[in-house]
Amino acid sequence: MNKGLSPIVKNVAAVALVPITVFGLYVIAHGHLTPGGGFPGGAIIATMTALLLISFGTSWVKAIGKERLSMAESLGLVGFVGLAIMGIGKSFFNNFLVGQGLFFGNAVAFGPNPGWLGTAGLIPLMNMAVGLEVFAAISLIAITMFTAEVSK
Amino acid sequence: MIFESIQVILLVGIVASAFFALKNTDLVASAIFLAATSLLLSTEFYLLQAPDVAIAEAAIGAGLSTAIFIVAITKTERWENGKK
Repeated sequence: MNKGLSPIVKNVAAVALVPITVFGLYVIAHGHLTPGGGFPGGAIIATMTALLLISFGTSWVKAIGKERLSMAESLGLVGFVGLAIMGIGKSFFNNFLVGQGLFFGNAVAFGPNPGWLGTAGLIPLMNMAVGLEVFAAISLIAITMFTAEVSK
Repeated sequence: MIFESIQVILLVGIVASAFFALKNTDLVASAIFLAATSLLLSTEFYLLQAPDVAIAEAAIGAGLSTAIFIVAITKTERWENGKK
């Protein structure tokens, strides 16, 4: 098992962990307003997983569990397709939430982007589902690469 | 004028770092040059007003793929063809 790097690297990685994660969550949450969205945000959060693997070693992977990450990936995909199917009364991917004033349901503003988060209906929810899926999938790839046993 | 010169510098940097990534026999240096290529390419995407692609390129090309390449190198061999 890999024990990780020196305490200096561990402390710097622990400090950098929170801003990276918050920036990834910001990119996901503002996916319908600014450049970015589910895929880049999930990839940014998965960069945090690679940073943790490099600096702290692979001893914490068993506490997370590959099965749970795989479950999160499946949950994201099922959420995406399920949200698409929920509007099947009109059509697949019908944005039934927009314009109803509910959760994320306000109308999108015309003209320049005023930055209102509670708009666009299904699109932020689908961004969150895609972000969860991409984060879990790329973390799984990184964890599999780091914990692989090589016979020379 | 300054916009074009910045783009020429970026494109020359992309080609040069890709060339060094190919020519180096030290694979860690090759991975770092590939990360530099990716970073310059994401800057170029941003200058050409595609910030969405720039974010994805910076996160995946410069961040994740470099980490995965370095792990693959540490688990196999650092020098190409086994020579130093």
